[in-house]
Amino acid sequence: MKTDTIIDGSEASLKNFLHTLPGVDQVGAQARAAMLGTRSVKNAAKAHAIDLAISMVDLTTLEGADTPGKVRALCTKGLRPDPTDSSVPRVGAICVYNDMVGVARQHLDAIGGHDLPIAAVTTAFPSGRASMPVKIQDTQDAIASGATEIDMVIDRGAFLAGRYGKVFDEIKIIKDICVERAHLKVILETGELVTYDNVRKASYIAMLAGADFIKTSTGKVSPAATAPVVLVMLEAVRDFYAMSGIKIGVKAAGGIRTTKDAIKQLVLVNETAGPQWLTPDLFRIGASALLNDLLMQRMKMRDGRYASPQYVTID
Amino acid sequence: MTNRIEVLKTYKLYINGQFPRSESGRVYEIKVGKDFIANPAQASRKDLRDAVTAARGAQSGWAGATAYNRGQILYRIAEMLEGRTSQFVEEISLLEKTTTAQAKAQVAQSIDRWVWYAGWADKIATTFGVTNPVAGPYYNFTVPEPMGVVGILAPEKPSLLGLVDCLAPVLVSGNTAILVASHSAPLTAITFAEVLATSDLPAGVCNILTGIKDELAPWMASHMDINAMDISGAAKKNHTALREAGADNLKRIFAFGEKVKTERMISFLEAKTIWHTVGI
Repeated sequence: MKTDTIIDGSEASLKNFLHTLPGVDQVGAQARAAMLGTRSVKNAAKAHAIDLAISMVDLTTLEGADTPGKVRALCTKGLRPDPTDSSVPRVGAICVYNDMVGVARQHLDAIGGHDLPIAAVTTAFPSGRASMPVKIQDTQDAIASGATEIDMVIDRGAFLAGRYGKVFDEIKIIKDICVERAHLKVILETGELVTYDNVRKASYIAMLAGADFIKTSTGKVSPAATAPVVLVMLEAVRDFYAMSGIKIGVKAAGGIRTTKDAIKQLVLVNETAGPQWLTPDLFRIGASALLNDLLMQRMKMRDGRYASPQYVTID
Repeated sequence: MTNRIEVLKTYKLYINGQFPRSESGRVYEIKVGKDFIANPAQASRKDLRDAVTAARGAQSGWAGATAYNRGQILYRIAEMLEGRTSQFVEEISLLEKTTTAQAKAQVAQSIDRWVWYAGWADKIATTFGVTNPVAGPYYNFTVPEPMGVVGILAPEKPSLLGLVDCLAPVLVSGNTAILVASHSAPLTAITFAEVLATSDLPAGVCNILTGIKDELAPWMASHMDINAMDISGAAKKNHTALREAGADNLKRIFAFGEKVKTERMISFLEAKTIWHTVGI
């Protein structure tokens, strides 16, 4: 890890490094994100963007009312989003709670989705308010049941109290469990971090601790993946790549419900981190309702008429 | 006060309870002789799409309201129409080139007809529902239900009465509507939208677009999320094309004559038949 040259692992060196980060120009970030949101995307590019966005969706169900049946239906949809059109790509991953991973894995294996990743939310998602042994067990359970991606939450309480070392150490411990077995996504829950400066700091803590992805939100707190927040995080991964040579992915989750929102995110990625980030390996969109809207837009482009939600599945 | 500069009105669309300009930024000019009258918005297919989304979102709530409540809201609209009489008279006589007396008659007739339809709200189910005779230990009912989202192409003239004739029978049973107003006389429709906005009609139940009917009608007919259409206001030569475009999603497409008929209401109803066992 080249990050050893950036910090030596102690809390003091981490804090020293974080203090060297420049502050985020709040007005500038909002203006730039808003400006990029006005880009006009024309038909051929839009068709490509829709398919790319579908392949980046982490199709998610994180409800107390999740049933095995619902998870199986979600897996089937993730593998073949539009049963009437085989040219629609599969989604990036299926994202469920820890205890539903087994159901999802079994069903995906049965329907030919062996290589479709399953992401599990762990470490006492969404609040993260649990002791470390509980968080470790939570993560180990998920991997043992077949999860190939772990979406962990950071301890926002510790972060806001200034205990960056604790946040860092927790990520590192979970990363050690995941190594070689699962991808680690670190959820910053930007809606609770208050400022863009904090988002930038938390992004660096996660990247230095070994995150493969940094993710905006749990989807349980509003605001979630707003454009300026995603912009700040994309700048962080771009700068971190320049610094260390390591490419970290970004996952925007929460509040992205329409094709227009999704395409705006792709524009942000292209203009901030660069086109090499436009792949499901480096950018994901956590969503549930979005997929139906993407499918409807796809039908609209294919058939030349506006589509109806009655022709896509109800989740 | 001769040197006062009059504040001119911006005529906008009515979508989801709000008055947006056209997404396209377009307007078209209305003139009487050489005199400029107004620049109403020229709606695009994307405005139509937004209106359909709004109408779909509002549909279950409107259909789910009690018939009595729907009737009261429609009656409230009639109260508001009454207060705008002089404005309607002015707009009708200006753009339809009628005498003031004729315009007044049209407004009065429009309000009366609106009230007539409002009264139907809590009578539709009792009048058009049936208990079917069956040979078995069952009850069998057929109840009328609204079709859903209805697209309306309103007639060019009479602009207010034509609008009321198309809109009231659609709304009364619980449908929501997207109405494309008269192209040559759209001001009454926009004033009508202001009436709706100040009544208790929930946002999205009725959406009013101004613009070119021939441009919007094919998109309306082919839109998969519109359940039925009233094409009374479309040019006769386009009717076949519109019916064909709507065939793919089994859209029910009607054109009506000018006479008031309960047929206008019944056309936008579905029949739901329920079997219910006796003695359980």
